Amino acid sequence: MTLTLSPPTATPEPQAPLQPQGWLRYFSFSVDHKVIGLQYLVCGFIFYFIGGALAGMIRTELWTPLSDFMPRETYNEVLTMHGTVMIFLWIVPVVNGAFGNYLIPFYVGARDMAFPRLNAVAFWLIPPAGLLLISSYFIGSASQSGWTAYPPLSLTTPATGQVIWILSVLLLGGSSIFGGINFIATILKLRRPGLKLLQLPMFCWALLGTSILVVLSTPVLAGTLVLLSFDIIAHTGFFNPALGGNAVVYQHLFWFYSHPAVYIMVLPAFGLVSEILPVHARKPLFGYITMVYSILAIVVLGLVVWAHHMFTSGTPPWMRLFFTIATSLIAVPTGIKFFNWLATLWGGKIALNTAMLFSCGFIVNFVFGGITGVALAQVPFDIHVHDTYFVVAHFHYIVYGGTVFVIFGSVYHWYPKFTGRMANETLGRLHFVLTFIGFNLCFAPQHWLGLNGMPRRVAEYDPQFTFINQLSSVGALLMAISTLPFLINMVYSAFAGEKAGDNPWRALTPEWLTSSPPPVENWKGPAPLVTHPYGYGEAPKPQTAVASST
Amino acid sequence: MPIPAAILTLGLSVVLVLVGLWVGQNVNMLPIDASANAPVYDELFQVLFSIGTSLLLGIVGLLIYSLVRYRRVAGDTGDGLPIEGNLPLEIFWTAVPAIVVLFIGIYSYDIYERMGGMAPLNDHSVHVMQASADSSIAAGMAMEASQGSGGPARIWGGISPTGSGAAAVNVDVTAMQFAFIFRYPESGIISGELHVPVGQTVALNMEAKDVIHAFWVPQFRLKQDVIPGQPTLLSFTATKEGRYPIICAELCGPYHGGMRSTVVVEDPETYSTWVTKNSPAPLPVSVSSAPSAPLQS
Repeated sequence: MTLTLSPPTATPEPQAPLQPQGWLRYFSFSVDHKVIGLQYLVCGFIFYFIGGALAGMIRTELWTPLSDFMPRETYNEVLTMHGTVMIFLWIVPVVNGAFGNYLIPFYVGARDMAFPRLNAVAFWLIPPAGLLLISSYFIGSASQSGWTAYPPLSLTTPATGQVIWILSVLLLGGSSIFGGINFIATILKLRRPGLKLLQLPMFCWALLGTSILVVLSTPVLAGTLVLLSFDIIAHTGFFNPALGGNAVVYQHLFWFYSHPAVYIMVLPAFGLVSEILPVHARKPLFGYITMVYSILAIVVLGLVVWAHHMFTSGTPPWMRLFFTIATSLIAVPTGIKFFNWLATLWGGKIALNTAMLFSCGFIVNFVFGGITGVALAQVPFDIHVHDTYFVVAHFHYIVYGGTVFVIFGSVYHWYPKFTGRMANETLGRLHFVLTFIGFNLCFAPQHWLGLNGMPRRVAEYDPQFTFINQLSSVGALLMAISTLPFLINMVYSAFAGEKAGDNPWRALTPEWLTSSPPPVENWKGPAPLVTHPYGYGEAPKPQTAVASST
Repeated sequence: MPIPAAILTLGLSVVLVLVGLWVGQNVNMLPIDASANAPVYDELFQVLFSIGTSLLLGIVGLLIYSLVRYRRVAGDTGDGLPIEGNLPLEIFWTAVPAIVVLFIGIYSYDIYERMGGMAPLNDHSVHVMQASADSSIAAGMAMEASQGSGGPARIWGGISPTGSGAAAVNVDVTAMQFAFIFRYPESGIISGELHVPVGQTVALNMEAKDVIHAFWVPQFRLKQDVIPGQPTLLSFTATKEGRYPIICAELCGPYHGGMRSTVVVEDPETYSTWVTKNSPAPLPVSVSSAPSAPLQS
């Protein structure tokens, strides 16, 4: 095994001379992985509130069966923008960029990422790409063809918005690829001497798997969108049936990225939950090796399931069959992870604080979304509910009920490390209760809507669905209200929260073995060697203490 | 401890399965079943609903039990048991989901076959030239489709509940922004509503004029994308009289939500009356005199 980083023998250089100090560094081209991580996090939350406001507009339009709140074109712009912002500017950057950047160097015992400047470039692509995307509202019109941008619709809607959308997604995809390369290099090559791969915290494995998916599939999306832009700008005919092109080829290429994108959004969340549960249950992570294998299995299977998004697109029977089986199989490694988490809780000493509440909320929601996912994988089932509110409900259970719950749980869990102060528990619990009730009220009824005949992406619907849609909109309102205690908590606690100390949770993973917030380059002395990141209940091993350098 | 715990676990599992079965049988989430497909679909739905309910209740129950039973007592700073894994347990919860998933896969394959999804008629690799050798119906459809759309060579099939039976009614469907147009080649009717006789196989030759649309009748549990450049064949047999919505299920532009029509399933006599009443005069150039029903918005 090659080990490339030897811990510096002298006291580390405090800071590169050109890096600004204090709060200014969060607005600078900082190369500190912790600064970049928090930049990703805060930037992501800004886009989360923009995307949430768009969702609020959708739920307002759907309060009545008529299209009466905004023009139909605007409605399609809003739903396109909601999907794009939430996926490319909120979940992917936060769950990978924010937590990955903050935690991975600690977990591998490094002082920064492998390519710190590339890391900063990856982050600084995001704000301009996001501004570009949102600016399309004010330059003519924004994209109206959904976040999937299926041709020929995307070729016939106003071109300005569509082209800006493509440019923006290309930039964000580039940022994602830079991040992925950086994580792979850091995890495989920057490990502290003496630290073996199978001793890494689970989040490293999750991010390694995710980054492999990012690097393999994102370029396909980029290529596809370049071809689509040719079709729009130069009137080529790659995907335009009127010019001899094939619209279904676009769907294959698009989903070759966009199904793995689900795992790009979900696998890091699996990793984060695997860090949170053992700490607050005071028990080792159950089944470490099977957890690693199940991540790798999800990565491999995740690459060969894309056509389950196309069961009604005239795919041939053998293809439908193959993708049904491949998709169903993903339930097995995913199930393993959930049973291992339950076994981690079993027999522990569980502190049901906010971080834990959100993690358990994640388990409930994700199991629900996973069950509807296995159902959707079955071709005959999918043929009825494809492109309906059933699917909308399903994927919100996965990405909101799953990943966003984990993001909130992680923010509460690592808040003391980020700021040096504890977040307020009462406000946190209020936030959880409102979010959990609001989320389920918003999305559970949508399953019924889909089964009974409400397609997705409509501004008007059959009046018989009015009451259920209003129920759903009330849930959305609760979700919006739930962000208030969260925001108050985050701001208030940063100034007036109880001092956290280095390790308020008495956790064993390496980010807790330094001050809160950690110094530049992470440790004052040599990096600790943590070979048992989940060694709860065991006699303290000499390695888990801050060890001397090798 | 082991024996009571084992019995308790077994008992709880049985209760869970029974609750799941009961919910699957008794909680109806679906609209009326009005095609030959629909009862088959509902059978699959009940099975999935039962399994899903048992699983969800089991896992959530286990989670809540753990959170209550193993909650930390105030002031306790100790750790839980240092259990890092258990191989038999891992094998158990790998094998059981694998078996369940395999069962669901095989079962849904069977359902799909009963719906006619695997019928050779629908193999989209059937080319016009080859089709004439295989089956006269497929050939007939292929000809019509290729004539209707100026010659693309392939038929893209949806579900056919009839297998190889001859279709009683053929309808050419044109999907466009933002309407479905139904043309009856035998009688020359052009309509904004789809009228079909109950109990007889209907074959739809569908094509899209501009962007992708999807033909969906929730009461038939049937959906098929209609993609420009891909003439698509879809057949079904309606089993219950009534008026059901036809819904476009693929985002097709600003008025996507308004792209709806109606399928009217009526008894064969009423249907033939409708055909006679609405057939255009036998003059060949009579398109303007003909349209029967106004387009439904």
